[in-house]
Amino acid sequence: MLGSQKRAGPPPASSPTVTANGQWRSPLPVRFLVGRKTRRLAAPYLLLLPSAALLILLLLWPTIQIGIYSFQNYGIPQVLGTMPTQWVGFANYSQIFSDPEFWSSLKISVVFAVIVVPLTLIVGTLVGLLLNALGRRMAAFVSTTALLAWAMPPVSASVLFVWLFDPDGGVVDWTLARIPSWLGGGAHWAGYNWTTSSAVPAYTIVLLLVVWQAFPFIAVSVLAGLKMIPSELGEAARVDGASPWRSFWSVTFPILKPIFMVLLLLSVIWDFGIFTQAYLVTGELGNRNEYNLGIYAYDKAFTTPPSYGLASAMALILTLVLLVISIWYVRANVKQGATA
Amino acid sequence: MIRTPALRRRLSFRRKTRKVILNAIGVIVALVTLFPILYMVSTSFKPSTEIFSLTPHLLPEHPTWSNYVQVINGSVIGIPYLDFLRNSLFVTLVAVVVSSLVALLAAIGLARFRFRLRSTYLIMLLIVQMLPQQGLVIALYLDFRSLNLLDSLTGLIILYIAFALPVTIWMLRNFVAAVPRDLEQAAAIDGAGPVRVFWNVLLPLVAPGLVTTSVFAFIFAWNEFVFAETFLGLDQPKYTLPIYVTYFFGKGAANWGDIMASSVLFTIPVMVFFLIVQRRLRSGMIAGAVKG
Repeated sequence: MLGSQKRAGPPPASSPTVTANGQWRSPLPVRFLVGRKTRRLAAPYLLLLPSAALLILLLLWPTIQIGIYSFQNYGIPQVLGTMPTQWVGFANYSQIFSDPEFWSSLKISVVFAVIVVPLTLIVGTLVGLLLNALGRRMAAFVSTTALLAWAMPPVSASVLFVWLFDPDGGVVDWTLARIPSWLGGGAHWAGYNWTTSSAVPAYTIVLLLVVWQAFPFIAVSVLAGLKMIPSELGEAARVDGASPWRSFWSVTFPILKPIFMVLLLLSVIWDFGIFTQAYLVTGELGNRNEYNLGIYAYDKAFTTPPSYGLASAMALILTLVLLVISIWYVRANVKQGATA
Repeated sequence: MIRTPALRRRLSFRRKTRKVILNAIGVIVALVTLFPILYMVSTSFKPSTEIFSLTPHLLPEHPTWSNYVQVINGSVIGIPYLDFLRNSLFVTLVAVVVSSLVALLAAIGLARFRFRLRSTYLIMLLIVQMLPQQGLVIALYLDFRSLNLLDSLTGLIILYIAFALPVTIWMLRNFVAAVPRDLEQAAAIDGAGPVRVFWNVLLPLVAPGLVTTSVFAFIFAWNEFVFAETFLGLDQPKYTLPIYVTYFFGKGAANWGDIMASSVLFTIPVMVFFLIVQRRLRSGMIAGAVKG
C-alpha cells in the first residue's frame, strides 16, 4: 500500500544524521523546520480557503445583499442606473404585509408543511419498520424500489405527476370516475382539473409527490437506526407482553429520538421551502391563488416590472423563518457531537 | 412457558402467516412506489392516439419509438436532444470534479487539524446548506447580470460548485476522519512528503467516499432547476436537460409522449448511478443527515 519499502534510492530524509563532532543534526536546515511549523499552522486555513471563498461569495454575500435590497426601492431603473437607489426603510415590508396575496401564500406554505411533514415521517417510519421486519431479499427489493422514487429528479417527478392527474387522458381521473361513489369516486371526476383550478387540489398533487419522493429517505434512515438497537430489547418488551404499539413508543422511539429530531427538522425545512415541484405543478407563474411563499417571492422578482426590493424583503422573511428552524437543526447536530 | 408440540405448531403457523402478510405488504409498497415510474416509461412508448384516448391503458397497445425519435432528432424544439445532453453533462461533470476537489481539501483541513475557526466553519456549513435557493436566486441573478454571467453555462457551473459544497464537505469529513492517522504517519516516517502521503495513502483510502459524495454532487447539478430556469432565460441552445423537459409543459397542448420520452432519457443516468452505488449510498445518506 505504502510502496515506500519497494523504493530504492536515497535513505529517508527525515532520519537524523550524526555529524563528525558527535552531535545529532537534522538533515534539513533549521530555516526549513521553522517554515514547516508555520506551514503546519497555516495549512488548515489554506485548505479551507477555496471552499470558504466560494461559500462566502455565492451563498453568504447574496443573503446579505437580499437584506440590503429589502430596505431599498430596487427595480430595473436602479439596476440600469437611470434612477438612484433610495433607502425606503420598512416600506417594502409594510407593502408585503398589507398584500392579501402574501397572507394566502403564507397560509399555503404553513398548511402544506403542517400536513406533509407528519405524513412523510409516519409513512417513512412505517416503511422503515416494515423493512426491518422483512426477510433480507424482500427488504432489498422494497428498499431498491423506494430509492428509485427518491432518485427521480424533482423535475421529472413533477411533470410525471401532472401527467398522471391530467384532465384529458390522465390515469387518476379515469380511475376515480370508475370508483363507486361511496368510496369517494364518481363520474364527476372525469376531466377534473387538478392543477390550475384552485390551491387545494394542486397541492394535493404536490403532497403525494413529496411523500412519494421523501419517504424512502426517512425509511432508510429509520432502518439504519433500528439496526443499531440490540434485538434483546424488543424481545424483552415482547416477553413482558407489550403490544407492538407500546414497544415502539417505549423502546424504539426513545432510542431513535435523535434521528427523528434531525429528520423532522430537515423535512420542515424542505417542505416549508418547497419550490420546484410547487412551481411546476401549479403551472409556473400566473396562478396567483396557488402561490406559496417561495413562488410569491420569485414572482415579485421575475415578472415585469420586477421589484427586487419587494422580492428581497419576501426572500429575507422566508430565509429568516428557515434559519430559525436551522438553528434547532444546528443545535441538534452540536448536541450529537457532529461539530466536534 | 412450556412448549407443547401443539403450541409449537400454532406458533410456527402464526409466524408463517405473519411472514406472508408482511411480504404481501412489502410487495404492495413496492408496486405503489414503482407504479408512477413504470407509467412514465409506458407512456413514452405510446403513440399519441393512445395517449389521448379516453381509456388509459397500463401498457402501450402498439408500442412505438416515435416519441424517442422525435425527442432525439429534435423535431420538437428544433435542436437535437444530444445538444442538451452535452450541456447538462458538461455543466455537471465540471461542477462535480471541481467541487469534489475543493471539498476534499476542506475535508482534510477539518478532519486532520484543530484550529480556532474550525467549529465556526462547521456551523457555517450547516447554515448555508439551509439557505433557500428561491431567495438567493434574486441576488445572484443581479450579481451575475453585472458580471455578464447570465445565459452562460460557466455561470451555472460556478453556482453548482458552491451549492454542492456544504453536503459534500460534511460527508467527506467523516470519510477522511475514518482513515487511520497511523498510516499517514508511517508513510511520513518512511520519507514521503505531504504530496506523496496525500497521493499514495490518503487518496486511495478516501476514494470510495469521494465516489459517494460525487454522486450527491452529480445528482444536485444534474437535477437543478431554479437557477437554470432563471439564468438561461430564452437562450434555448444553452438549456440543460431539466429546462428542456419542462419546456413544452404548461404551454397549451402538451405532447405527453414526447415529454415522457425526454423525461425518461433525463432520468435514466441518475437511476443507473443510483443502482450502481446503492449500498454505499445508503450508508452515505445517513452519514450526511445523521452523524453515524
